[in-house]
Amino acid sequence: MGFEGIGAAVRRREDLRFISGRGNYTDDINRPGQLHAVIIRSPHAHARIKGIDAAAAKAAPGVVAVFVGEDMAADNLGGLPCGWQVKNKDGSPMAEPPHPVLAVGKVRHVGDPVAVVIAESKGAARDAAELVSVDYEVLPAAPTLEAAQKPGAPLVHDGVAGNICYDWHLGDKDAVDAAFAKAHKVGRLELVNNRLIPNAMEPRAAVGEFDPASGDYTLYTTSQNPHVIRLLMGAFVLHIPEHKLRVVAPDVGGGFGSKIYHYAEEAIVTWAAGKVKRPVKWTAERTESFMSDAHGRDHITVAEMAMDKDGKFLALRVHTQANMGAYLSTFAPCVPTYLYATLLAGVYTTPAIYAEVKAVFTNSVPVDAYRGAGRPEASFLLERLVDICALEMGLDRVEIRRRNFIPASAFPYQTPVALQYDSGDYNATLEACLKAADWAGFEARRAEAKKRGKLRGIGISTYIEACGIAPSAVVGSLGARAGLYEVANIRVNPTGSITVFTGTHSHGQGHETTFAQLIADQFGVPMSQVEIVHGDTAKIPFGMGTYGSRSIAVGGSAMVKAAEKIIAKGKRIAAHLLEASADDIEFKDGKFQVAGTDRAKALAEVSLAAYVPHNYPIEELEPGLEETAFYDPKNFTYPGGCHICEVEIDPDTGVVQVVNFCAVDDVGRVINPMIVEGQIQGGVAQGIGQALLETCVYDENGQLLSGSMMDYTMPRADDLPNIKVGTAITLCTHNPLGVKGCGEVGAIGSPPAVIGAVVDALKDYGVRHLDMPATPHKLWQIINANRPRMAAE
Amino acid sequence: MYDFAYHRPSSVADAVKLLASDPDAKVMSGGMTLIPTLKQRLAKPSAIVDLSGIKDLVGISVSGSAVTIKAMTTHAAVAASAEVKKAIPALAAMAEHIGDAQVRNRGTIGGSIANHDPAADYPGAVLALGATVHTNKRKIAADDFFTGMFSTALAPDEIVTAVEFPIPEKAAYVKFPNPASRYAMVGVFVAKGPAGVRVAVTGAGANGVFRHTAMEEALAKNWSPDALHDVGTAEEGLNGDIHASKEYRAHLVGVMAKRAVAKAG
Repeated sequence: MGFEGIGAAVRRREDLRFISGRGNYTDDINRPGQLHAVIIRSPHAHARIKGIDAAAAKAAPGVVAVFVGEDMAADNLGGLPCGWQVKNKDGSPMAEPPHPVLAVGKVRHVGDPVAVVIAESKGAARDAAELVSVDYEVLPAAPTLEAAQKPGAPLVHDGVAGNICYDWHLGDKDAVDAAFAKAHKVGRLELVNNRLIPNAMEPRAAVGEFDPASGDYTLYTTSQNPHVIRLLMGAFVLHIPEHKLRVVAPDVGGGFGSKIYHYAEEAIVTWAAGKVKRPVKWTAERTESFMSDAHGRDHITVAEMAMDKDGKFLALRVHTQANMGAYLSTFAPCVPTYLYATLLAGVYTTPAIYAEVKAVFTNSVPVDAYRGAGRPEASFLLERLVDICALEMGLDRVEIRRRNFIPASAFPYQTPVALQYDSGDYNATLEACLKAADWAGFEARRAEAKKRGKLRGIGISTYIEACGIAPSAVVGSLGARAGLYEVANIRVNPTGSITVFTGTHSHGQGHETTFAQLIADQFGVPMSQVEIVHGDTAKIPFGMGTYGSRSIAVGGSAMVKAAEKIIAKGKRIAAHLLEASADDIEFKDGKFQVAGTDRAKALAEVSLAAYVPHNYPIEELEPGLEETAFYDPKNFTYPGGCHICEVEIDPDTGVVQVVNFCAVDDVGRVINPMIVEGQIQGGVAQGIGQALLETCVYDENGQLLSGSMMDYTMPRADDLPNIKVGTAITLCTHNPLGVKGCGEVGAIGSPPAVIGAVVDALKDYGVRHLDMPATPHKLWQIINANRPRMAAE
Repeated sequence: MYDFAYHRPSSVADAVKLLASDPDAKVMSGGMTLIPTLKQRLAKPSAIVDLSGIKDLVGISVSGSAVTIKAMTTHAAVAASAEVKKAIPALAAMAEHIGDAQVRNRGTIGGSIANHDPAADYPGAVLALGATVHTNKRKIAADDFFTGMFSTALAPDEIVTAVEFPIPEKAAYVKFPNPASRYAMVGVFVAKGPAGVRVAVTGAGANGVFRHTAMEEALAKNWSPDALHDVGTAEEGLNGDIHASKEYRAHLVGVMAKRAVAKAG
């Protein structure tokens, strides 16, 4: 065996099954007697349901049942719960209007589920769905932040005045006002963080099953966190106790946050399976994904930075409006608050920060966490504002950053917005990235591009994020209705192979490889001896799943803790077998050895003794070699780094080409550099997608204009450059591996670098900032509008 | 999709007979538009008459003055054809950039022009090159063939059998793809040949492909990109959507046309 432990670029063991079509995704699962569900969704953004006539559908061939909101209400089912409560400035709780599984009385966004048709085949269900007649009284809609906050705007929820979900703040307003009063200069920026539609490659799907013999329910679903779904759906919606409900999230083809949440369709198929006593399957069509997967971002922000005469940041003031969509998705309220405003210090020593966030209901698809979740919004705002500050001060963009960095000697560093950063070296990632990108040689490249008629620009971002979520007590005090520890169960089998049960979930991240490497490293065994099991509540202990770049930092730490317990017990067993004192046993390279001798027992010998305890210290030690550890992190982890982007713009068409992209990130200790690079490349691809291509567009009636791949621009291979990825690490100080997390840094660090480059390319056109996405149309309008002035100069 | 009867005739005559007997039947060539339309339940034909079994409808032939491409010839076949590359390289190059590899291996020239999607590439080539569309009934000049968005001169029981392209002296096609769909948001095909200078614009027009006569006149006097410098494009009749306003499309028509003339040499 080659080196497979921590730090080895081992190829992903799961990829062979994925790329050869042998994955087992939810839609691949078919249960005996299975029926098919088709969801009838609202075509209107806002309407009253005056009546639903399903008689013809119920009589159609192959139809087993048609259910509407009232049917669920008659079973006393709950609505979809929200997992996080944010409080208003005055301490009162946020508005939390009901979120029925199937609409009752009113629909509030295009795509809102109204009824479900269950039939012997998908075709029969579709045919019958067309026979369901819903009588809508169409109401005026407020699909956007602007529309929902106009005086007299339609109310999305009758009881929610002004459509305001909450009006929250963080930081020291008086200190900020005082700093602004004595500021030498102020950088000011108004911006929009564009709304995104996640579009995981695998559409959501769910299969519900009920066993009338046992009364047990099973849900197969495309989830990032099966135990969370079991808890939310069982306890709050369907009232099924945990021991009667199993949730399986098998292979899942991408999540990016959109598969964290408990969705209506999961509850519908599980409940319906119990009603009709047969398995019920639903698989989203791509069009349904566009109008029912939680969307991301969607902020309007005004930000101001006060500076002294040297360009040192004195204070930051931020006012943000955040779109919640029509209902509160599972973790929506925390995204524009605790995952956003707490990051506004960035990598800078800004001593005073005050942020106000107003969350608004609109007649649009619910908005929730999407790769980065609040931190991309924070880094985009801050890094764009720092560029504006550099312009105001007449300072170089790199120089203003250097002047304001938190120095490497200042850790642990307490920010004015609640977080305490444990480690980092922002100059190190900056210098490495400047070198990799040849920042110093840029002006020559710009001049060369100009000869070819191209406008070339360079942009930089030096970002930080907080992930590895999170200390349970901390998030609990901030309104989370869940703990955010993680769990690992390690079972050393009798012959020494190892099965690891993790509460995290892999939906593309490569956990089956990374975790196997970690365990192989801990136990000194080949990776082939290690199996990673995840995604089935009937197998794994109660863990919280994968999001917020937490799997290695929290889940991996739990594995280390469980491994330590195994090794401690193994030492006692080995001591007995070797007739030595347990204190004298060392565990190294897969062997329990009496220190200073060649007397040793291999892990497999110890495990066999544990399960066949003939010669065993049975009086003092239980048989078996299996341990569980729950790990609650002490702090968030704080990856950070520097991204530099170079673009060329064709002034005749406005087309932007990313010609160079360098990322140097500090993700803490790297377990598998190949997987880390892949995660960063994927994140940067999504960041470039947000910056240049993607945007969700609703018209004034709340119709989704970007509702398909024909109109929503996902990044493709030829939109992307060869992304150079490097790392310059500092170790996390509070978890046993020193790991920080790498899943989201690409999407967090890259958008401001891309827009910074576009703005730099257009600097002669009077551009200081532009909102994402920087489409050809938008850039051409800017170029065209400024061309006469250019010519006149 | 809704249920329909499926026919796969082996001759044009049989296909026409099936169409004539059922006014709600639909012809399918490559199915690149029809199948998605069916899957989305946006069409409910009583029957599909699939032309893929008609061997007579496949093939490319080149004479001294014309390239004739039979209707069921795929884009991939046109793109790969050494004869087309030699006779009308602009046509092969255009076919090489239609859709993606899957579309090029299924989509056909006959299907593309009979459908007349306003964002399709082939209508630009047919119109600019002054091609003649052969059907089971007659020959139709390109100028008479395209009658509006998703609309042509074809009768319900009329099937395109081939397209005959006169070989031009110079020709080129340049398109600006829609960033999301990659269909032509603006595509300009320029040609100088037996039928004079012709400029066809696809993707931009609300009524489908159209000839840009002002550009044709300018290029007839002076075949160079500079000749188009002051030739504007009216916004009236152009498409405007979330990707491009009419104004931007009108501008892009000029840019693509200049680039096409430059490419044609």
